[in-house]
Amino acid sequence: MKILVPVKRTASLDDEFEMRDDGRDVDADFCEYDINEFDEFSVEEAIKIKEAAGEGTVEVVVMTVGPEDADEVLRKCLAKGADRGIRVWDDALEGSDQMAIARIIAKVVEREQPELVLTGAQSSDHGFAQTGIALAGILGWPHGAVVSFLEYTPGAPSLAFRRELEGGLEQKASIPMPAVLTIQLGINRPRYASLRGIRQANSKPVDELSHTDLGLTDDQVGEAGSLSRIRRMYVPERGRSEMIQGTPAQQASRILQIIKDVRG
Amino acid sequence: MAGILIIAEHRQGQFRPVTLEAVAAAEKLQASSGESIAVAVIAPQPAVFVPWVSVSAVDEVVTVTTPNAEFDPDVTGTAVKALIAARKPSVVLMPHSVDSFGVAPAIAAELGVGFATDVFDLRYDGGELVATRAAYKEKVFVEIDFPGKETVLLTIRSNAFKPAGGTGQPAVTEISVPGIEPRTEHLGWQEPPASGGIDIPGAEFIMSVGRGVGDEANIEQFVELAEALGATLGCSRPIADNGWLPKARQVGQSGKLAANCKLYIAMGISGAVQHQWGMKHVENIIAVNKDADASIFTVAKYGVVGDMFEIAEELKAQAGGN
Repeated sequence: MKILVPVKRTASLDDEFEMRDDGRDVDADFCEYDINEFDEFSVEEAIKIKEAAGEGTVEVVVMTVGPEDADEVLRKCLAKGADRGIRVWDDALEGSDQMAIARIIAKVVEREQPELVLTGAQSSDHGFAQTGIALAGILGWPHGAVVSFLEYTPGAPSLAFRRELEGGLEQKASIPMPAVLTIQLGINRPRYASLRGIRQANSKPVDELSHTDLGLTDDQVGEAGSLSRIRRMYVPERGRSEMIQGTPAQQASRILQIIKDVRG
Repeated sequence: MAGILIIAEHRQGQFRPVTLEAVAAAEKLQASSGESIAVAVIAPQPAVFVPWVSVSAVDEVVTVTTPNAEFDPDVTGTAVKALIAARKPSVVLMPHSVDSFGVAPAIAAELGVGFATDVFDLRYDGGELVATRAAYKEKVFVEIDFPGKETVLLTIRSNAFKPAGGTGQPAVTEISVPGIEPRTEHLGWQEPPASGGIDIPGAEFIMSVGRGVGDEANIEQFVELAEALGATLGCSRPIADNGWLPKARQVGQSGKLAANCKLYIAMGISGAVQHQWGMKHVENIIAVNKDADASIFTVAKYGVVGDMFEIAEELKAQAGGN
């Protein structure tokens, strides 16, 4: 069987940052990039299913939608044990929202025919929590969101899982295959890549595809293929803490005074 | 203009009050658009929930009867899609909840309606709907619009709007939706692990540690510090996920609400919105973080930009003598 794991390269901001000239995102010069934290867990879950099955019975394919720099996150997944990668990009994809990205992933699903797709429950930069379930909607596949436990034996007609709800309550459920699940933080303990894994990752294949390779037209991707548009991004004026200055000893002394004042 | 539709939420037979926060968001839009507000109740016995949503802002309650009691994205999705087709609302609002995560994106993808999630403010700008949300660990706000979309689906962040109140007399309309077919088999519930005597909701003084603690070996000194200060020890999600502290100590949306807390010290917690949900209401928050831009400093009354270990050592040394 095949498991497809779409991953995202997410940005975190430097201490000081500036907006892009068009005011619709942060200038990339002030961003640091890494794999989405949630995707570390979906990749791990896929590799765990692969390892629990017999040698050569499960293939884990990781994919991302992004420019060449995004190869780095695919290599990271390959180093941990994914078998091969797919990166989809061309200039027309600039400005794609989550829905357009989901449409691209759906085309990769058509091409690859996996039985299971595991995505992160959301991304650590924007936190939309849209792509995975939008993908399921496009495919018409059964799905479960915010999965905190997963039990699946390759070849079984259904899979059982738990969804983590508000307050830590979990719903136990089962859905037929093929399926899309979005994975919650903490479902497993993501591994670190071994040195051997890192070496092997360089020889694993990463296919590069454009939207036309996948049979998508220009109006299905980019801003034209999106359901939302970022109009403006800005640093809000917000209330800010009264900052306690001084040496650590002075700061601690002030904290103790506050504790005393509040606690009486 | 064809009205605002809100999808009510319930779980284990209980109404979920976040629904009334979505009603309040609708009221804000209504103030400029004048549109009517309808709430949809999708449940096996929807009548049970009608009184809960009959607040003064609501003009109509539409009910859809379903075969299964617990959340199934296909059941909710089919019902909501049918309601959107029948009513052509200009705006559909759902709570930004785990159940919405499971169905709203599929609805948006299938219908091609405008879509934004985790929205905490919304307004009309010259007839155009603008939704505001945050990004990059709450460091920036983002305005989103929906060019050319006649219907826009939004999920509303909890605690962003004060729940709508008052008593209303909405008309109740039953709508029959054909083709509702459950696809998720509900197998039961798993309650969160027993708290083992840890009482975050009841504690008046909490000191929580977050990712800044860095390593499991560093936890012990904060256990000791909490004891020395007389605080209940709490934590943010990554600490509980790593198994460094029990889940019962986790403050936040998937953990506990610091319901009775008067003083909250956040050590090495950047202030993800899910954590803030559990503590930002506390009157006296002291945040210690090495990142001067951490969003925790937008909710804390007092802030220290610095090394949480240095501060902890000083606190321990100075408190020890008392």
